[in-house]
Amino acid sequence: MEQLVLRARAAFQTGRSRPLSFRLQQLRALQRMVQECQKEILGALAQDLHKSEFNAFSQEVVSILGELDHVLEKLPEWVAPEPAKKNLLTMMDEAYVHSEPLGVILIIGAWNYPFVLNIQPLIGAIAAGNAVIVKPSELSEKTATLLAKILPQYLDKELYQVINGGVKETTELLKQRFDHILYTGSTGVGKIVMEAAAKHLTPVTLELGGKSPCYIDKDCNLDIACRRVTWGKYMNCGQICIAPDYILCEPSLQSQIVERIKETVREFYGEEIKKSPDYERIINLHHFKRVTSLLEGQKIAFGGETDEATRYIAPTVLTDVNPNSKVMQEEIFGPVLPIVPVKNADEAIQFINQREKPLALYVFSNNNKLIKRMIEETSSGGVTGNDVIMHFTLSSLPFGGVGNSGMGAYHGKHSFDTFSHRRSCLIKKLKMEGANKLRYPPNSQSKVDWASFFLLKRFNKVRIGLFFLAFLGILVAITVKFQYC
Amino acid sequence: MNPFLDTLQSLRDAFGSGKTRPAEFRAAQLEGLNRFLKENRDALLAALAQDLHKAPFESEISEISICQSEINLALNNLHSWMKDEHVSKNLATQLDTAFIRREPYGVVLIISPWNYPLNLVLVPLVGAIAAGNCVVLKPSEMSKSMEKIISEVLPSYLDKNCFAVVLGGPQETTTLLENKFDYIFFTGNPSVGRIVMSAASKYLTPITLELGGKNPCYVDDNCDPQNVANRVAWFRFFNAGQTCVAPDYILCTRETQEKLLPALQNAVTQFYGKDPQGSPDLGRIISDKHFHRLRGLLGNGRAAIGGQSDEQERYIAPTVLVDVKETDPVMQEEIFGPILPILNVQSIDEAIAFIRKREKPLALYAFSKDSKVVRQMLEQTSSGGFCGNDGFMHMTLTTLPFGGVGNSGMGMYHGKFSFDTFSHQRGCLLRSSGMEKLNSLRYPPYAQRNLGLLLSMVEISHKGQCTLL
Repeated sequence: MEQLVLRARAAFQTGRSRPLSFRLQQLRALQRMVQECQKEILGALAQDLHKSEFNAFSQEVVSILGELDHVLEKLPEWVAPEPAKKNLLTMMDEAYVHSEPLGVILIIGAWNYPFVLNIQPLIGAIAAGNAVIVKPSELSEKTATLLAKILPQYLDKELYQVINGGVKETTELLKQRFDHILYTGSTGVGKIVMEAAAKHLTPVTLELGGKSPCYIDKDCNLDIACRRVTWGKYMNCGQICIAPDYILCEPSLQSQIVERIKETVREFYGEEIKKSPDYERIINLHHFKRVTSLLEGQKIAFGGETDEATRYIAPTVLTDVNPNSKVMQEEIFGPVLPIVPVKNADEAIQFINQREKPLALYVFSNNNKLIKRMIEETSSGGVTGNDVIMHFTLSSLPFGGVGNSGMGAYHGKHSFDTFSHRRSCLIKKLKMEGANKLRYPPNSQSKVDWASFFLLKRFNKVRIGLFFLAFLGILVAITVKFQYC
Repeated sequence: MNPFLDTLQSLRDAFGSGKTRPAEFRAAQLEGLNRFLKENRDALLAALAQDLHKAPFESEISEISICQSEINLALNNLHSWMKDEHVSKNLATQLDTAFIRREPYGVVLIISPWNYPLNLVLVPLVGAIAAGNCVVLKPSEMSKSMEKIISEVLPSYLDKNCFAVVLGGPQETTTLLENKFDYIFFTGNPSVGRIVMSAASKYLTPITLELGGKNPCYVDDNCDPQNVANRVAWFRFFNAGQTCVAPDYILCTRETQEKLLPALQNAVTQFYGKDPQGSPDLGRIISDKHFHRLRGLLGNGRAAIGGQSDEQERYIAPTVLVDVKETDPVMQEEIFGPILPILNVQSIDEAIAFIRKREKPLALYAFSKDSKVVRQMLEQTSSGGFCGNDGFMHMTLTTLPFGGVGNSGMGMYHGKFSFDTFSHQRGCLLRSSGMEKLNSLRYPPYAQRNLGLLLSMVEISHKGQCTLL
């Protein structure tokens, strides 16, 4: 483990991952990999999650191709130094922020979107000029094995490595020193990752989870709301970190919502859902049993069928769910949708605020004021109004959690920033020493007065004042220079 | 027993009530800070003189003015900083509203050190308040006079429900850290930084750590020795060397060293007179413990300049050490005192190799008349910040982010960067119920024809790229 990380570090130290041309070349190679190995990628995803080709392509591969296109186009802009506005004292100098690579990045991916959640961070880390170790989840076995096989065929073998293994190997890996760790997974393991990172003062980005609430207002287009919720909830068999976890609505809406979701499920997956190629399965037995147990004692409005042999759980809706029941205590991560009735929006807001900050918040309403209010009076990683999931697909929005749902963000330029150190640079000249004399001891009251005069931004808004000041400053500098020379 | 529970609960309740969110409230708090500075100026100057023997000039430019600037900047820009930031959209979201909303985290903890005990409390505080948080301040117990003002005077200028000061040493701080905070901002040394991050991990609390290290200062042969000496000496001996971004050691050739030494002596004499101990412009060491630590380092190599000390006053003379070895104690830890070792290298490449072997510092300095040399040093090293041909001037620009990397820290602040640091950046996408026909492309059951259309909706902006399969 140590050797592999040291190899990546040595490769980084050679400096070859830094030039823009190299980064672009590697990203293009990654693009070719995705295009040329598409069949194998889709096949692995199908095996790991019972995912249809269309699903795998539209949910995983398309996002990656889109991200690659975006980064390839924008990277030259991102690596350019950002000039900073100067003050009086630094007027003649160069001041800018320079984004530099951090070094060796560790990416720990999750099993539910095993391609996207490893490759999207990888794109950002490469774009920022780093070396990268990718540790895919062992639960999505076929994808993990495939990544270990194809990545070295297209990318620099020493700079970018895939390391596979289980808990033991990951623990060993976390003992090594990295310059940034991006972890996608559960809150519990997130704490372990941050604790391990603390030993080396390694900054972390933690993409965790929680129970993402979905408030459905009585003033909304219920048909459309229910279609969108159905789509987002049962996608990947509910195994998405930003799935609408549970619904909050007024009691009178419950039965209407149930009807519409039921209809939509039939429309999406047919009469025999088990036979639909578009409906996935639970990743493994442990999670199958976990999700199934959440159904105990609940009022099942429809669904509830399970088949252990194929790890199939039918799209299920629960009504009149008690907030204290098991299904409301943990992130469901399965195709079970509880509806918790609340009196009104106020109660919904209170309900949400009593719990840990979720990764996503959803609100369906025709009333814009209500949507704004729900956003203002709650907190969450991100928000989509009148739809679900979609804020994830816009890479100009930072994607990340807050509180228990995580820290840091990525996607698009946010990935580039996450994996860079933004170094402040001020370049002065060795001359003009006269101007500096003002700051050197021995000090006097007049120097103190001049100092406060120069440093206090009293003339912020008055341009004329600023010019006058500048003129005065140069005058003082010249005077002082003549006095002391 | 958790003595802080009540205080934290009331802050949390205050935050939950939403009172810190309106711009008016935040501006009023910032005005309060303004008044605090103006009305207590003399007391603050006296406290700094008492704790660190800080001259009024140093206090003015490194503490009071900086705080004043930051408060004014926040007041002038609060509304624009608080505005939602609209972002570019893709084809699928063209008709939607997409923006980043900056929100306060909640209850924020700021732990500050003793070396700039006003600046390093107030500047983060300005950011935390501007961002709409409730704040717990834990000032350093080592700068006792300032600690007194912060705990006894400052609170009366701020809303008592949203702001608290906690006092104590390492024991109390450890207990404090057992509580949950929504953000922790820590300025101090790397080993305590690790402890803070470890404590934060138990609650998944995001953090900013402003740490330190040994800031290298490379002096090229091609330079004006007196100019360099003036600048290096001033930044090194400012606050008696107790600055996290002070040039910690010099790297230069033997010949340049020979030219620098008299120039440095010149600078020291000019600044502090023949007997620096008598100069009112030179600071003192904060505590006996640090004094003894520094006195021990005086024996490393040979003191070409200075080398004297006075236990009574906790005075250490502005000292330059030569013939220092890499393995000497003075090269093993951040000096944080008025001692400047010079190590010899044969070339800039050797200097760069030396720097790269060590932990990434908070600041890095390179002096040369040749801009190519300065650029080479910049490009082949990493550090929190960098200044060519001067000392920590980069810190005075609020438009430059101030923070470390690697062992010297994580995160950044100053100016708008403070506001962003203490805010959660929440990505928001507001769609309409219309255009459902477009959405239907994404719903099952899937047909092959949907694929092509779907492709064109997502972020594929690069022309000429054949992604349709």
